[in-house]
Amino acid sequence: MTLVDHLVVAPIVVPAIVAPGTMLVMRRRRMLSVIVSLGGVVAMLAAALALFGIAQDDAIRSYALGGWVAPFGIVLVVDRLAATMLVLAAVLALVVLAHAVVTGADRKGWHFHPLFHFQLLGINGAFLTGDLFNLFVFFEVLLIASYGLMLHGQGALRLKAGVAYVVVNIVGSALFLIALGLLYGLTSTLNMADLAVRVAALGAADQGLLRVAGLLLMTVFALKAAVVPIHLWMPRTYAATMPVVAALFAIMTKVGVYAMIRTVPLIFGSGAGAAAWVPAPYLLPAAMAGAVLGFVGVLVARGMREQAAFAVLASTGTLLMAVATWREATLAAALYYLVQATLAGAALFLVADATMRRRGQYADAIVPSPRFAGQDATGLLYLIAAVAAVGLPPLAGFIGKLLILDASFATPDWPAIWATILGSTLVGVIGFSRGGSTLFWKAAPPGTDAVTAPARSRVDLAAPLTLLTLLALLAVAGGWVTAQTQATARQVMAPDRYVSAVLGEGR
Amino acid sequence: MSLEFLVASAIAVLVAGGIYLALRGRTFQVVLGLTLLSYAVNMFLFAIGRLIVDKPPLYARGVVEHADPLPQALVLTAIVITFGMTALTVILSLRSFLESGSDQVDGDGDPVREDAA
Repeated sequence: MTLVDHLVVAPIVVPAIVAPGTMLVMRRRRMLSVIVSLGGVVAMLAAALALFGIAQDDAIRSYALGGWVAPFGIVLVVDRLAATMLVLAAVLALVVLAHAVVTGADRKGWHFHPLFHFQLLGINGAFLTGDLFNLFVFFEVLLIASYGLMLHGQGALRLKAGVAYVVVNIVGSALFLIALGLLYGLTSTLNMADLAVRVAALGAADQGLLRVAGLLLMTVFALKAAVVPIHLWMPRTYAATMPVVAALFAIMTKVGVYAMIRTVPLIFGSGAGAAAWVPAPYLLPAAMAGAVLGFVGVLVARGMREQAAFAVLASTGTLLMAVATWREATLAAALYYLVQATLAGAALFLVADATMRRRGQYADAIVPSPRFAGQDATGLLYLIAAVAAVGLPPLAGFIGKLLILDASFATPDWPAIWATILGSTLVGVIGFSRGGSTLFWKAAPPGTDAVTAPARSRVDLAAPLTLLTLLALLAVAGGWVTAQTQATARQVMAPDRYVSAVLGEGR
Repeated sequence: MSLEFLVASAIAVLVAGGIYLALRGRTFQVVLGLTLLSYAVNMFLFAIGRLIVDKPPLYARGVVEHADPLPQALVLTAIVITFGMTALTVILSLRSFLESGSDQVDGDGDPVREDAA
């Protein structure tokens, strides 16, 4: 094995080293811990980009941890999908971390940097692992870190939402374990590639149990992805936490979507008997309800953070509509939309943060307020972020929705998908217009208190601007990106290659 | 009655109690419910390797039949994670109670006490 082969484990090892490192130096030397923390994320981004480059040869690489061969040991698997998600997570993490440092959000408590890196450890691990129980462990790692991050800065409201968030996720973990138990009891393995082989070979007597296991597993992933009707924890949690943390959480719901994209074609594909494409009949209606409810939520939201959370809900719904048909073309469109939706959701939260910091006592409430410093700049950013989130030209959201509409035209459900996407987008446009005009245009009635906020430097506008620039680049480089996502979708929909990469050519 | 029936019904009773308690309004009962639920899940995980009595998990001289060691390892991981989670939930509930003055899971006022007042 060369050093390049070991690069696969870097996105997990780097945060695992950096997190305790920042914890050690945080109390004494803030600058040093910030440098270590930022350096860690930059190293992670470099590793992710290198893996992305390596994955361009269309080979699937399997890395046996500790040299224990699959299916007995735990393997990490890098293919195009995993590499793309790693790059997305690292880019988002870098922007969010820079914003947190610039705005001083990391100083609201002692352990922002360690928790941030443990969160990244969990996210990267979930993208890389090729073992279902290991996926559970990485889910727990990212959840435990997210509990800490979510409560960062504290306050009664945050604690209230935190209790509900933790309880919901503990129940989700219990369901995950039951699903894993059923799958292990049926197949005596938890390696994803080995599962794919053994599930296809199960006898008729076990089909019912297999279906139950598959549906339970999908329920857990749907809970993480905040799919209607098990989404209720999400807007509340995201609206109560710090916007900069919520911006990082924008990728957490996508981890659930990723887990579905990873496991369904591989384990519950065409060969899985009664469990073939097991979530398909339920996922499409749920996704449609998600898109509609999300954009209706954007319309009625009382605060900018709540609005951004509902926009994330809507984007997950739109994304899953494309995923739920389980075809190569729609999956390619979905992957493009996934990348842009993550960045757009994070941008909305960061714009909310920049606005909150300038509006003093009005914070992020969507009510008219007197003029405040930096109103034009934040208003303009809000406009662009809203355009991206709702999917209007010229940003990548429009191209993403166009790709989904185009790809889903070949499916039998296209009238419903088209009607939902177009209708919900209209509601979203109205919602964001209402929010934006109330926040930035409408004059406060005479007699309202002037905004009491200290003057802010404009550096905290840099992070949302970076995300929006990335979204513009995603639109400009649309041809290259769609070529990438098509190659990724082709790889995902050919599970045989994954199986032979992990278990060896003999199987 | 077979051992399988006993274990299965024990898990069923634990799950039923766990779900009932987890749906209650106060954090203390919810924490108890989650604990019961995790006991049930741990027992279930332990049983998925099939119930094999009095056999070594890995190796013993002259023994041909073995118990499945992997579920035992899985249960150990699950127990550790659940233990940490329960501790976190307890602390979080306490902090929430102290800050908001209510031990309701949704953090809103206590309906019973408000009626009495």
